[in-house]
Amino acid sequence: MDIELLRNDLGHYILQTEEFSNEVTLTIDRESLMPVCRFLKNDERFAFDFLSDCCGVDRFPKVPRFWVVYHIYSIAKNHRLRIKVALDEHDATIDSIVTVWESADWHERECYDMFGITFREHPNLKRILLPDDFNGFPLRKEFPLKGL
Amino acid sequence: MVINLGPQHPSTHGVLRVVLELDGEIVVDAKPDIGFLHRGIEKLAEHRTYHQIIILTDRLDYLSALSNNLAYVLAVEKLLDIEIPKRSHYIRVALVELQRIASHLFWLGTHAHDLGAMTPLFYTLRERETIMDIFETITGSRLTPGFMRIGGVAADLDSAAVRQIRSFVDGFAKRVDEYEMLLTENPIWQSRTKGVGILSMDECINLGISGPLLRASGCSWDIRKSTPYSSYDEFDFDVPVGAAGDVYDRYHVRIKEMRQSALIVCQALEGLPEGPWLAHDPGAVLPDKNDVGSDVYALIHHFNLIIEGMKPPTGEVYHSIESPRGELGFYIVSDGRTKPFRLKVRPPSFVNLQSLVKMVRGKILSDAIACISTIDIVLAEVDR
Repeated sequence: MDIELLRNDLGHYILQTEEFSNEVTLTIDRESLMPVCRFLKNDERFAFDFLSDCCGVDRFPKVPRFWVVYHIYSIAKNHRLRIKVALDEHDATIDSIVTVWESADWHERECYDMFGITFREHPNLKRILLPDDFNGFPLRKEFPLKGL
Repeated sequence: MVINLGPQHPSTHGVLRVVLELDGEIVVDAKPDIGFLHRGIEKLAEHRTYHQIIILTDRLDYLSALSNNLAYVLAVEKLLDIEIPKRSHYIRVALVELQRIASHLFWLGTHAHDLGAMTPLFYTLRERETIMDIFETITGSRLTPGFMRIGGVAADLDSAAVRQIRSFVDGFAKRVDEYEMLLTENPIWQSRTKGVGILSMDECINLGISGPLLRASGCSWDIRKSTPYSSYDEFDFDVPVGAAGDVYDRYHVRIKEMRQSALIVCQALEGLPEGPWLAHDPGAVLPDKNDVGSDVYALIHHFNLIIEGMKPPTGEVYHSIESPRGELGFYIVSDGRTKPFRLKVRPPSFVNLQSLVKMVRGKILSDAIACISTIDIVLAEVDR
């Protein structure tokens, strides 16, 4: 995939591009998530039609505390891209991308379940793996390994 | 009427609960309820060294444990940027393709059983048992081999094991003919599977579905071809594709995949290169266990890696393989310490299960059973 092309077209959204081990990571603001995702999916040169994965990362004690990481793939073009959005601990909210890739539904629910990150306008944002009355978010770093 | 299908129900293939809203025999809505088998493997992984996690990956998708091993060690090797010997690539390919056959066999038997065909289960388990014996000979374990190592495999493949595998794959095509004789042209089988649980290619891609489910809908995406790993580019095989995207096509795709896998195993054994089966990299790769008893340097490396663990560079990688169920990926974030900062599994079963609601809505209850088993879920992988 042509990184220069990405920088050209999405330059005003991109905060940082990184390359490690032949993988490209794009860091963007949470406000730009929807336009960037829509563009990457619909633009013929990128054609990212497949959302492989979406997950959270707790970077405690670093600030901002959370990352939401999206791994997208284009079946036609056979290229991959990682999109990363940093979220603050006190306002861990981000737009849901279910309207762009339907598969985000359960991924986002899992991310909410494990990290307590809220996805705005998600159709059914409930716990998915843990019971509804569970307290705490197990993949946060302060959650003890042995459980509560 | 609302009924619970599961969590204890033979056709949910584990502890899956589906809340079905019925109008007579028609399914109005279905809500899969998962998480009964959640063990927090991603959390555990943050507290284990990179070598210890291999054992955890066995417990994800226990019907294809070696595929999980492979996806994980490939991700770590990508992070470390190490080259591994060609012989270990070939051994890995032979083992994961055998695992694919074993996994598909188990699926085929239980799937047919769910739809009322009792006999195929006995046939398929017979062959799966042979593969389990092969795994036991090579790795010492049937279900959870934990055989892959960062930098290669745990042991070499000796000539006796090669003979055992060859005698299995040589006769395997005839066995598949037997399953096909029982099912493919069978009018009951066809009426239970044709036109049931249809998903179009676009629906599949939008839902993130991969593996045989996607290929049965006409998309030929297979990671072994699109991004060849572990020397898959050196093997000659076809990617079977369906057209209708129904339960019958998924059956057909998997049957053909088993035949292709047997061909790949043959090629891997024939072309098995001589040489080491483990990379030599004292900073990251555990030494051969035989050397640890006789060579003091090997003993020191072994000690350091076990007590302290290896330190990969800071960075993040995502690596995915084509497991029997679809795209199985590992995302590892490393902060340079001996344990991963974050490890995320991209489980194909979890994502594929999302399609259940689309498949069953508006269909009759007995088709819902066919739809659950056609996805080929392993709940240990869904729940992690």
